[in-house]
Amino acid sequence: MLAGRLFAGLARGAGVAVLLVLGAVAVFLVVEAWPALTATRGELASVSWLGGASLGAYLGPLVFGTLLAALLALVIGVPVAVGVALFVSHYAPRRLAAGLGYLVDLLAAVPSVVYGLWGALVLLPALDPLMRWTSSTLGFVPLFAGYQAPARNIMSAAVVLAVMILPIVAAVSREVFLQTPRASQEAAMALGATRWEVVRTAVLPFGRSGVVSAAMLGLGRALGETMAVLMVLSPGLLYSFFLLAPGQQQTVAANIAAKFPEASGLSVNVLVATGLVLFVITFAVNLGARWITARAAARSGAPA
Amino acid sequence: MDERVKLVRSTRFLAAAAAGALTLGLAACSSSSDADEPSSGTGTSGSGSTDLADLTASLAGAGSSAQSKAVEAWIAGLAATAPGVSVSYDPTGSGSGREQLAASAVDFAGSDAYLTADEVSATETACGSDVLELPLYISPIAVVYNLPSLGSEHLRLDAPTLAKIFDGAITTWDDPAITALNPGATLPSIPIVTVHRSDDSGTTENFTDYLSKAGDGAWSHPVSGDWPVDGGQSGAGTQGLVDVVSGAEGAIGYADASRAGDLGTAALAVGSSFNPPTPEGAAATFDVSPAAATASATQIVVDPDRTTTDASAYPLILVSYVMACQEQPDQAKADALKAYLGHAASVEGQKAAADPSVAGSAPISDALRTKVDAAIATITTR
Repeated sequence: MLAGRLFAGLARGAGVAVLLVLGAVAVFLVVEAWPALTATRGELASVSWLGGASLGAYLGPLVFGTLLAALLALVIGVPVAVGVALFVSHYAPRRLAAGLGYLVDLLAAVPSVVYGLWGALVLLPALDPLMRWTSSTLGFVPLFAGYQAPARNIMSAAVVLAVMILPIVAAVSREVFLQTPRASQEAAMALGATRWEVVRTAVLPFGRSGVVSAAMLGLGRALGETMAVLMVLSPGLLYSFFLLAPGQQQTVAANIAAKFPEASGLSVNVLVATGLVLFVITFAVNLGARWITARAAARSGAPA
Repeated sequence: MDERVKLVRSTRFLAAAAAGALTLGLAACSSSSDADEPSSGTGTSGSGSTDLADLTASLAGAGSSAQSKAVEAWIAGLAATAPGVSVSYDPTGSGSGREQLAASAVDFAGSDAYLTADEVSATETACGSDVLELPLYISPIAVVYNLPSLGSEHLRLDAPTLAKIFDGAITTWDDPAITALNPGATLPSIPIVTVHRSDDSGTTENFTDYLSKAGDGAWSHPVSGDWPVDGGQSGAGTQGLVDVVSGAEGAIGYADASRAGDLGTAALAVGSSFNPPTPEGAAATFDVSPAAATASATQIVVDPDRTTTDASAYPLILVSYVMACQEQPDQAKADALKAYLGHAASVEGQKAAADPSVAGSAPISDALRTKVDAAIATITTR
C-alpha cells in the first residue's frame, strides 16, 4: 500500500519535473531575450555583427537557413531511413535483421562532434568531385550554380544532418512496419502479391502516419543540431537557394555556438532571442507531428 | 560543453552585478579623495611592497582570446618567483573583458582594441582612478595561402591587390595584378578561394583595417571584427580557418603568424620592399605608429601605422592590450598586479610569449618597455 503510493508519487513527481524544466527553459529564454526584443535600433547598433540591421532582419536569414538545412536533410535522409526500416522488417533474413537494427541504433550514439569531424575531414573531400560535376553540368539551374571547393555548403551540411537523423527515423519506422497486422499481409499474399506488392499495399499504407511522425522527430533533431553544421558549413546570412555555393546560409544553433564565445552585453541577449525563435519552431514542429499522427490514427484505427 | 559555458557566464553575470553594486558604493565613498593627487601614490606604494616570495594574493582577468596563450606563459613564469600569487584568465573575448573591467568584476582585462573615450571615462569611474592600458602582446598577422607549386618563397602582395582578392575582383592566381608583383614566380591558373573567419575576431578587425587604410580605396567595405562581405568560404576560429585553407589548393586567408604552420605566408609591400611576417617587423611597426587620441602616460595606445614605409616594418599586426585600474583596493593586490604586469613586460616574459610554440608574438622594444614599466610603477592603493 505504502509502496504503491510512494511509486505513484515518484512517477507524478517525474512527470511534473519535465513540465517544470520545460517551463524554466522557456522562462529563461524569454527573460534573457527580452532586452534584445525591446531594444531600439540605436541600442542594437552596439552589437557589431548585426551591422545596423534590425533584429528581425537578422533573424530572418537564420530561420531560413535552419529550415532549409533541415528540410534538405529530410529529403535525403527519410527515403534512405524508410528503405533501411523496410529491409530490416520485411526483407533481411532474421539474424541479419537483428544485427542490422542494432547497428542502425548505434549510429544514434555517435556524438555529433564526431559527425562534424567526419563531415569536415572525410565527407567534404568525397563530395567535392560529385558537386563539381553537378555544378558544371547542371549549373544552368540556379540551385546548383556557383560551386566552390571545398564543399563547405548547405548541401554538405544537409548530408551530414541526414546521416544524423537516419537512426531515429529508421528505428521508429521499423517498429511501425513490424506492427503491420499479419492478417493484412497474408491476405495480400493469398491474392498472389509479390513481396514488393505486399509492402506497397499493406505495409506502407499502414505505416504512413508512423513514418510521418518519425520524419518530424528527425526534423526536430536536424533543426537543433549545432556542432556538425558549425564544422562543415561556411556560413552567410542570405536568403539564398544556391545549395552548392559557400557562405550563403547559416543555422540558428550553429550561429549561437559561433558567436557566443566573444559575445557580451546585448549581443548575448540577441543570441538568446535567436534561440527563443528556434525553441518556438521546434515546439511547433513537434506539435504538428503529434497532430498528424493523431489524425491518421483516428482515421485508420492503427496504433502510432 | 554548451552547458558549462552558460554556467560560467551566468555566474560571471552575478559576479559582475554584485561587484558593480559594490563599486557604486565604494565610488560614492571615495569620490572626494581620488581627485586630490593622482600621481603621489608612486612613492608611498614603493616602500610598502613586500617580498614577492611571501606575497599572497589572487588576480582575476578576462578578455581577448588572442593573447590567452601569452597570458598562460606569463602566469606560469610568475609562479616561479611569486608562488603565493594566483592569477586566472578567462578568454571570453575583448568586448567582454572591457565590460567586466568597467564593472570591476575582474582585476585586469585583455583587449585587442584600446578603450574608446567613453569606455575610458566609464572604466575610470569604476576604478576611482586612472586606467592602465599596456600593449604587451604585439603579433604579426600572416596572409596565408595554399599554393604547393610555389615552394617556400614568399608570394609578394600589396594591400590594394589583397583588397581586390578578398573583394572578389581578382579571381585567379595568374591575374596580371598578382604576376606583376611576382615577376620570377610561375603562378598556377587556378581560381582563388578566399577564406575568412566566421566568428567575431580581432584578427578580422585588424586585417580589414589594413585593407581599408593601406588599400588605396580598393576596399569599399567597412572595418569590422565580423567579416563584412557576403558569401565566400570561412572557418570558425583560427584553427578552423587554417584547416579550410590547408584543405583547398588555391585558398588564401589570414591568421596569427604563429599558426600558419606549413602554409605559405605572403610578403607584404612596405614602401619599395616586400616583407614577410616577422616578430621584429611587427615590433618595428608598433614603434613607428602614432599615439591614439586617448593616449597618456599610463595609456600607451597607438593606431597601428598600416602605411609605414619603414623598410624593416610589417604593417599587418594585431596589438592586444592588458588593462587594469591604477588604484587597487589593497596593498597585496597592488603588489601582485605590479609583479604580474612587470613579469609580462620583462625581457623574459616577452621572450616566453614570443616562443613560436607558445604565442609567437613580437617582443616589445626596450624603448616601449621603459614606458610600460613607468606606467606599472604608478600602480598604488586607494
